[in-house]
Amino acid sequence: MDFRLSEEQQMLQDTVARLVRGEYSFAKRLEFSQSEAGFSTGFWQQLAELGLTAVPFGEELGGFGGGGVEVQTVMTELGKGLCLEPWMQSVVLAGGLISQSGDEAQRQRWLPGIADGSLRAAAGLQEPQSFYDLNNVETTARASGDGYCLNGRKSVVIGGHTADLLVVSARTTGDSRDARGLSLFVIEAGTAGLERRTYPTIDGARGCDLLLDNVLLDDGARLGAEGQAADIIHYQAGRAVSALCGEAVGVMEVACERTLEYLKQRKQFGVPIGKFQVLQHRMVDMMSELEQARSMAILAASVADQPATEERQRTLSAAKYVIGRAAQYIAEAGIQSHGGIGMTWEYDFAHYAKRLVMINHQLGDDDYHLERFADLMNTPA
Amino acid sequence: MNLNYSAEEQAFREEVRAFLEEKLPEDIAAKVKSYRRLSKGDHQRWQRVLSERGWYATHWPEEYGGAGWTPVQKHIWDEESNRYGAPRTIPFGVNMVAPVIIRFGNQQQKQYYLPRILNGEDWWCQGYSEPGAGSDLASLSTRAVRNGDHYVVNGQKTWTTLGQHANRIFCLVRTDPDARKQEGISFLLIDMNSPGVTVRPIITLDGEHEVNEVFFEDVKVPVENLVGEENKGWTYAKYLLTYERTGLAGIGLARAALNHLKGLASRQQKNGRPLIRDPGFRQRIARVEIDLQAAAMSNLRIIASVEGGGVPGAESSMLKVRGTEIRQQINDLARRALGPYALPFVEEELEAGFEGDYLSDPDAAPVAAQYFNNRKLSIFGGSNEIQKNIVAKMILGL
Repeated sequence: MDFRLSEEQQMLQDTVARLVRGEYSFAKRLEFSQSEAGFSTGFWQQLAELGLTAVPFGEELGGFGGGGVEVQTVMTELGKGLCLEPWMQSVVLAGGLISQSGDEAQRQRWLPGIADGSLRAAAGLQEPQSFYDLNNVETTARASGDGYCLNGRKSVVIGGHTADLLVVSARTTGDSRDARGLSLFVIEAGTAGLERRTYPTIDGARGCDLLLDNVLLDDGARLGAEGQAADIIHYQAGRAVSALCGEAVGVMEVACERTLEYLKQRKQFGVPIGKFQVLQHRMVDMMSELEQARSMAILAASVADQPATEERQRTLSAAKYVIGRAAQYIAEAGIQSHGGIGMTWEYDFAHYAKRLVMINHQLGDDDYHLERFADLMNTPA
Repeated sequence: MNLNYSAEEQAFREEVRAFLEEKLPEDIAAKVKSYRRLSKGDHQRWQRVLSERGWYATHWPEEYGGAGWTPVQKHIWDEESNRYGAPRTIPFGVNMVAPVIIRFGNQQQKQYYLPRILNGEDWWCQGYSEPGAGSDLASLSTRAVRNGDHYVVNGQKTWTTLGQHANRIFCLVRTDPDARKQEGISFLLIDMNSPGVTVRPIITLDGEHEVNEVFFEDVKVPVENLVGEENKGWTYAKYLLTYERTGLAGIGLARAALNHLKGLASRQQKNGRPLIRDPGFRQRIARVEIDLQAAAMSNLRIIASVEGGGVPGAESSMLKVRGTEIRQQINDLARRALGPYALPFVEEELEAGFEGDYLSDPDAAPVAAQYFNNRKLSIFGGSNEIQKNIVAKMILGL
């Protein structure tokens, strides 16, 4: 058994780490966050030029077929810089959905752009009533002429505000919570009837709700067989969960580092506050949570590309549960150990804390994944 | 043992309710109940209403224009005013510096400052913490040097809540740098409009401007602004801190937050039914509601034990820890209740009078920001770690 990254993986890590260190100072991050796009289009360009937008795709698209470990490696380094670019949304989630379920023509049409970074994509899979359950879809896709007419609302699509392509789920048949009857569609920006309601997110990124009002699409916009998209959606969401776990580990690493530095440097009562046992023990708990989270992230990466089984599902939920719990603990305990300074806008720690808590609100929080794990848990016969 | 309120106390509760129903401006209550921003004007408007009724200075003796309420009456007020959505009283003048002036100030100070607090002429802020003196407050280094009929003050205070609105600040300053650290401190009242005072905003992680840094550069402060004796300020500071902690349990605020949470959870959907009917989430709410009930009862026990005068001791530290933890848990659940909609931060919706389409639940906008903002609860007023130290030392003798 060997937990070390391979030489190629190590190179990938170094590449992203160097880029983030060079381009993503905290001050720049604040600027990017407040810019028109809400992230750095220049940085996106650099990701593309280094081939990083192609990581999970095949050689024909300039990638090297990177799997769960490679995706997490990128995400962890992006997480350390609190990077705002919608890499996961475009490359892993939307790109993955097209790659997995698109036919040859669709793949030809969209994947080269996603892989070379010239197209940004995002996926709208959840709705106001869905509360993390991706089967809970009320958006309808009615047959219309040779294609479909979509109506409904997709909520909190991170990165959707500047996306050139939006992959959305809609229902062709079935009741609002049925797995059967879900289909995936690609909507290109500018399509009539598509409105985006854009907003900043509390952790400094940006997203939107998609309001679909009689959006007419031809048959070539549907990915995969009609009404059969649920498995594909869940499978790709699982990959995205693994990616988020990777990001969280990067954010937690920095959050723990900052807190430890502060405990050593801040003096009260004539000594560094790290001399107080109550703070020592809390710091130890933070590090233990980080290590548990790191272990589960590795496990998630190892199953991300495995065939869809209950075991895979269960493992991914277990990982997101541990990550979610650890992330919130490290955010809260880190702020508490810093005192007031940990709550100020000017100091980067607060921004790490916000991202950590908000990772819980993407693709299911710890409550949601605990419940899912419990549903799938092995029990004596 | 008799856990019932007396007939007089029940009558008082009715009187409070009638007053709140009649006098609490609806627009202000609406803002409070939905956690929208309150302006300085909102606070002042409500303060005038309270002052007219003689209910602004609940802690003060009647001879100074206070309500002269018993601890039980104050508790009833806390319950009812939070239930109706009255703004919290900004404590720095009426509930913090005033008790110190009443107890340790001289006649002129009482005559000058107390009426100005009652009629809203003065807005006070607190000059305690410094960049190098947080939990270790007594290590403060802002220096006041006597020079004839005035002190010259140099130094910096921080975490000054609502200092941007204040025209006065009460400060702990070091007057004897050679004494043991608690013994060289004095309690000074400073006019914020004095030359050399600068206020700089600190923006918190939720983007709000609530706290400030206050800088003093050769600020001349008349010696008559010294409260009590020079170098005895630490005694007064500690007296004030017990007052500060008493209100920090925030039982009334926690109840209001719990109702807000239940409202949110009733409107959010999960698996095709209201989130509040989801067994897991419902249990989470139930757990915190029970904890709150226990804390409320502990609060009542402390109140009953000091009924008839006096200030609670280290018990209030225990309650501060519990009360703030409970409020943070309620904020945590409210954030969870929003699901993915905890992410959007639609600032326009925080302003009262917002007339656009709400992105999701009308109460959603402040929730995540408030969760982050209220991490302060376990930090301010003496961090919860410091409160536990106090309990360990004062109650347990450890």
